[in-house]
Amino acid sequence: MDIVASLLDILVSAAFWTAVLRIATPYVLGTLGELICERAGVLNLGIEGIMTLGAMAGWMTVYQGGGLWAGVLAAAACGALLGLLHAALTVPLGLSQHVTGIGVTLLGTSLSYFVYRLVLPQASTPPTIVPFQPLPLPGALAQTPLTYVALAMVAAIAYVLYRTPVGLAVRMVGENPAAAEAQGLNVTALRIGAVMAGSALMALAGAFLTLSAFNAFFFNMVNGRGWICIALVVFASWRPGKALVGALLFAVFDALQLRLQQMTGGVLPYQVFLMMPYLLSILALVLVARRASYPRALMIPYRKGER
Amino acid sequence: MRLEPRADSPLALQVFAPVGAVVAALALCAALVAWTGAPVLRAYGLLIEGALGSRFALTETLTRATPLILTGLAVAVAFRAKLWNIGAEGQLYMGALAAVVVGGGMLDLPAWLLIPLVLLAGMAAGGVTLLGPAVLKVRFGVDEVVTTLLLNFVVLLLVSMLLEGPLKDPMGMGWPQSAPVIAAAELPKLVARTRLHAGLAIALGLAVLLWLMDTRTIWGYENRAVGANPRAAAFAGMPVTWIMLRTALLSGGLAGLAGAAEVCGLKGYLTLDLSPGFGYSGIVVAMLAQLHPLGVVGAALFIAAVFVGADAMSRAMPVPNYIADVMVATSLLCMLVAGLLTRYRLRRG
Repeated sequence: MDIVASLLDILVSAAFWTAVLRIATPYVLGTLGELICERAGVLNLGIEGIMTLGAMAGWMTVYQGGGLWAGVLAAAACGALLGLLHAALTVPLGLSQHVTGIGVTLLGTSLSYFVYRLVLPQASTPPTIVPFQPLPLPGALAQTPLTYVALAMVAAIAYVLYRTPVGLAVRMVGENPAAAEAQGLNVTALRIGAVMAGSALMALAGAFLTLSAFNAFFFNMVNGRGWICIALVVFASWRPGKALVGALLFAVFDALQLRLQQMTGGVLPYQVFLMMPYLLSILALVLVARRASYPRALMIPYRKGER
Repeated sequence: MRLEPRADSPLALQVFAPVGAVVAALALCAALVAWTGAPVLRAYGLLIEGALGSRFALTETLTRATPLILTGLAVAVAFRAKLWNIGAEGQLYMGALAAVVVGGGMLDLPAWLLIPLVLLAGMAAGGVTLLGPAVLKVRFGVDEVVTTLLLNFVVLLLVSMLLEGPLKDPMGMGWPQSAPVIAAAELPKLVARTRLHAGLAIALGLAVLLWLMDTRTIWGYENRAVGANPRAAAFAGMPVTWIMLRTALLSGGLAGLAGAAEVCGLKGYLTLDLSPGFGYSGIVVAMLAQLHPLGVVGAALFIAAVFVGADAMSRAMPVPNYIADVMVATSLLCMLVAGLLTRYRLRRG
């Protein structure tokens, strides 16, 4: 009974839901970013490296005296650039999206660490910046601006994908590029654009970590969040609204495990709780795998006149 | 400009592709070195000297190459059959875990018996780790890229948990590390007073063995057939599911062996920093080798030289040693383009 009562206490506390929204933010942004890429037919495994570069670039801009929003813009620009690299290799050249994505992740991560160490050769304790402060709103609504950006993005991307000609075109090149081409659409340009936009969002997810959630850049700070986003996209059946639900659900479990960890007080090793997000992602993939309806042209390069 | 498929791709081109890719990558990274303000030629000179310039440097490079050959082979056999194993890092740690458990004094056997047992335990642990995602793939259609990636994090947490719990070395001064393996489980040194151990000989032997398997046996033929076109292979009566599963066991086993060999040959005990990303570098090694088992040896030597040389370089000038990781990542991306050019040619119009 005690457990049930304290669980209820947790679930009605504002602090819990504040944490849920905060934890969900990078997942929302990253999942939306990956979703846009995959809707256009390009799997982007560069996400982990793009998030790392976004985290580093955003933090570094502020550390060097730039404003917080300048940091956000710098992160998005860096993300779009890595996205352009991924798209240039996978779309016009049609290289393996798996291996190119891993290469982009290795490059984004190593470049971030290289630049960080170059600027701060001997920093043993990471230097801090003044991060975004929560807006003066009641209860769980007291979030930093980037969380609201993420929520607005869900609506904006759902609108663009389903209610505008651009969105229709993006979905079409991900389903049937030959038909899109026959309609006079430029498949290559649409795919490159979608991957760049999606990658900019992934970088924002990274920037949230250093500019809102924490106030410093750590090595390995992205810690597999990008890979979890890839699982969330499948779980959300490539729909922005469901991506939000998936990210929130995930954040609820994550916030709960943190509190359960305190409640159980060392009965189980803390690593068991830390494993949960990764195991949950695998479970989610298994549950939806059979009925997942992948965008039909996902991972299939398109070359004009070649079958 | 457009790409036109080549009718055939000459051997010279296939050999030149990785060389060209590596040169291009090193040239691109020269810009990064120049940006730090360090003299580029001197920096690269230090890198080569640090990797190959002395007896000590050479043995260090070969020591570094040992796990890279094994993870490179692991990735190559998996990718050959289009099993996207990105989890070599986790499989390596599972192999190392099995090695410290079996070799930690539980079995008091002579070395000629214990060493093979420990290495086999490492292979089994790594193989089983990849078998999970492979079963999920063939049974439920779950994409193995994401599951193997996620398992890397689960395995690291598991190792961390065991190192702070049951496997913690009571003599370890509170550090999260395992007790060392007993002397009978230690691999012999290849060169006295260096760190180079018999793991290298095992890795080289396996590379040759896998090459023979690939070219001379039905197994190798079936693996390549499934990789080229699983439906056609199934239509020809090949047991595609079984081929996938045994490829997973082999690939995970090779990565697990890398971990066991690192423990028994080099470190002696297990810590959370046993591998500086050998599993991920293995992907680059395999791609540079164009998934050829013998090519893996050359590619692993190159990647090892970059890591060992960059460490030496960064001690002498203000270039962070992460330059090695950038070089490796850039080499992978350049290799993908070079590989494309062996299969296609650029045509105007």
